[in-house]
Amino acid sequence: MSTPTLALEPLLSCRGLVKSFGHVIGLNGADLDLYPGEVLAVVGDNGAGKSTLIKCVAGALIPDTGEITLNGERREFKRTQDARLQGIETVFQTLAVSPALDIASNLYLGRELRKPGVMGKVFRMLDKKRMRTEASQHLQDLGIGTVQSITQTVETLSGGQRQAVAVARAAVFGSKLIILDEPTAALGVRESARVLQLIKDLRDRGMPVILISHNMPQVFEVADRIHVQRLGRRAAVVTPQTHTMNDVVAIMTGAMSVDEKDQALGPVRSAN
Amino acid sequence: MSDPASGTMDLAGEFLGRRTPMQRIQVTLHRYPYLSPLIVLIVALVIFALINPKFILPGNLSFITQQTVVIGTLAIAQTLIILTAGIDLSIGAIMVFGQMVMANLALTAASNATNFGLPPWLAITIGICASILAGAINGFLIVKLSLPPFIVTLGTLSVFTALTLILFKARTIQGPEMPDLLKVMGVAIKIGSFQLMVGVIVMLVLFAVFTYVLRMTSWGTHIYAVGDDPQAAELSGISTKRVLFSVYVVAGFITGIGAWIYIGRTGAASPNADPSINLDTITAVVIGGTSLFGGRGTLIGSLLGAFIVVVVENGLALAGLDQAYRVLAIGVLVIAAVALDQWIRKVRA
Repeated sequence: MSTPTLALEPLLSCRGLVKSFGHVIGLNGADLDLYPGEVLAVVGDNGAGKSTLIKCVAGALIPDTGEITLNGERREFKRTQDARLQGIETVFQTLAVSPALDIASNLYLGRELRKPGVMGKVFRMLDKKRMRTEASQHLQDLGIGTVQSITQTVETLSGGQRQAVAVARAAVFGSKLIILDEPTAALGVRESARVLQLIKDLRDRGMPVILISHNMPQVFEVADRIHVQRLGRRAAVVTPQTHTMNDVVAIMTGAMSVDEKDQALGPVRSAN
Repeated sequence: MSDPASGTMDLAGEFLGRRTPMQRIQVTLHRYPYLSPLIVLIVALVIFALINPKFILPGNLSFITQQTVVIGTLAIAQTLIILTAGIDLSIGAIMVFGQMVMANLALTAASNATNFGLPPWLAITIGICASILAGAINGFLIVKLSLPPFIVTLGTLSVFTALTLILFKARTIQGPEMPDLLKVMGVAIKIGSFQLMVGVIVMLVLFAVFTYVLRMTSWGTHIYAVGDDPQAAELSGISTKRVLFSVYVVAGFITGIGAWIYIGRTGAASPNADPSINLDTITAVVIGGTSLFGGRGTLIGSLLGAFIVVVVENGLALAGLDQAYRVLAIGVLVIAAVALDQWIRKVRA
């Protein structure tokens, strides 16, 4: 990302992804490009394949055909763990948190910290104290430290607080890119604003974000580019500057098509 | 997307502040699931002691611990499995299979045709390995063929029972035919007039070890996560299949130790041993506050649950009640425990 030429190369690129579920075709040759340091919104009607697309990138689904490249290297993700090891963190629509476990355990689920020395190596003892301190530190850094206690089980949290835990997990561990699937769908106005601020903060730190959302005002507020998904393919990529919300809705429903030269297929934001 | 978000949150906060006493009990039991079995056990002990003073004599209390040792040990294995939202109906059959392997391999009576005469430590090791293998078969069928644990273990219950009878005939091996090491779990250590069986110590050590494993290791955390919400666990990067399989294998190991304890406890190895042990372990786990839906429960609760099963049986017997009433009492306890669990699960902030 230090040389300007690299910034023109997409960080993540999907080509011709196909994914079918029996007779239902979720993706029908979908493309996607994400450039360093940008917020890419993915919008589309219900069933357009938004979630399927990002699940393929996150390793939760394996595409039938098509390829995914990260930093120019071809990747095949068989499990979410594979994508995570490459620095891709995802907040799924279902949040993927474990209700009976406490906040700290959820934050570190699947990558728990062990005690140093013999206790950790031989007796596999978890460093609960460190996980709890670091978890509450992370939540505070992200401005979402509104929970009473880090040892509360997640099922005792409100919808917004659960979302905060899931978003925090992605923000803490994502090193290359963060994917958020409908992160504000269950949230009130104040909590939504906090998540949007978090997305901007991440971008300011140079962290690229893919945001899936139905909420057009939010998309237009934070996105650098807007990827419009329709019938399992990429219909167009536009920017908030060149197109209006009505235009985007028209593209989503097929009422409008955009000429390739008017689209924003390349980066619009200079990576720093 | 309600507009006055802050308003609704404050309302919720106010609502939380005004908890009714019932809600407070619900939240406390939710946080400490072993509290209810603890209370039941203490109440039962007090009542039975009042009804019949013989109940609290050291002799009877030693007897209760001896009665509990096999159910208690197997309840550890059953707890691990139920925490993953599974169930093991074959656990008793695996135990009987394991003890018959141990006893037959170590047989010292020269007159017998199946006299392998292996050294006792080797016979015990092979018996435990046989139990591990049986657990692995359960795990394989559940994980690889994606069959429900209830059906798989219902099937293997018959398979392991039949296998035991086919391989070892219906012959009970008596205590004197076996070397001492096989019966070591039944040796009693005298503490005053209280007799502490070696098997009871082993059971308590196993409880301590696996409580540590569940609470302080990644594997333990993953067991809860898999039982709680398998999709969420998988998306969080946990291999649910690997966790499930390993749980059935470890359960097989614990059951193998249980088989060794059983030989010591009864002083013999019988292929027709105790058919009620399967359901007794599930009863103990459920009374102990572990949820049959997975993800919630503690080992200490299961230990208390195992004691409750035995104490109720023993206490009602000493109170002069018929066997049928004891069975009735256990049945009522199980239903009450599950109803309580359903109620506790409704806790939401």
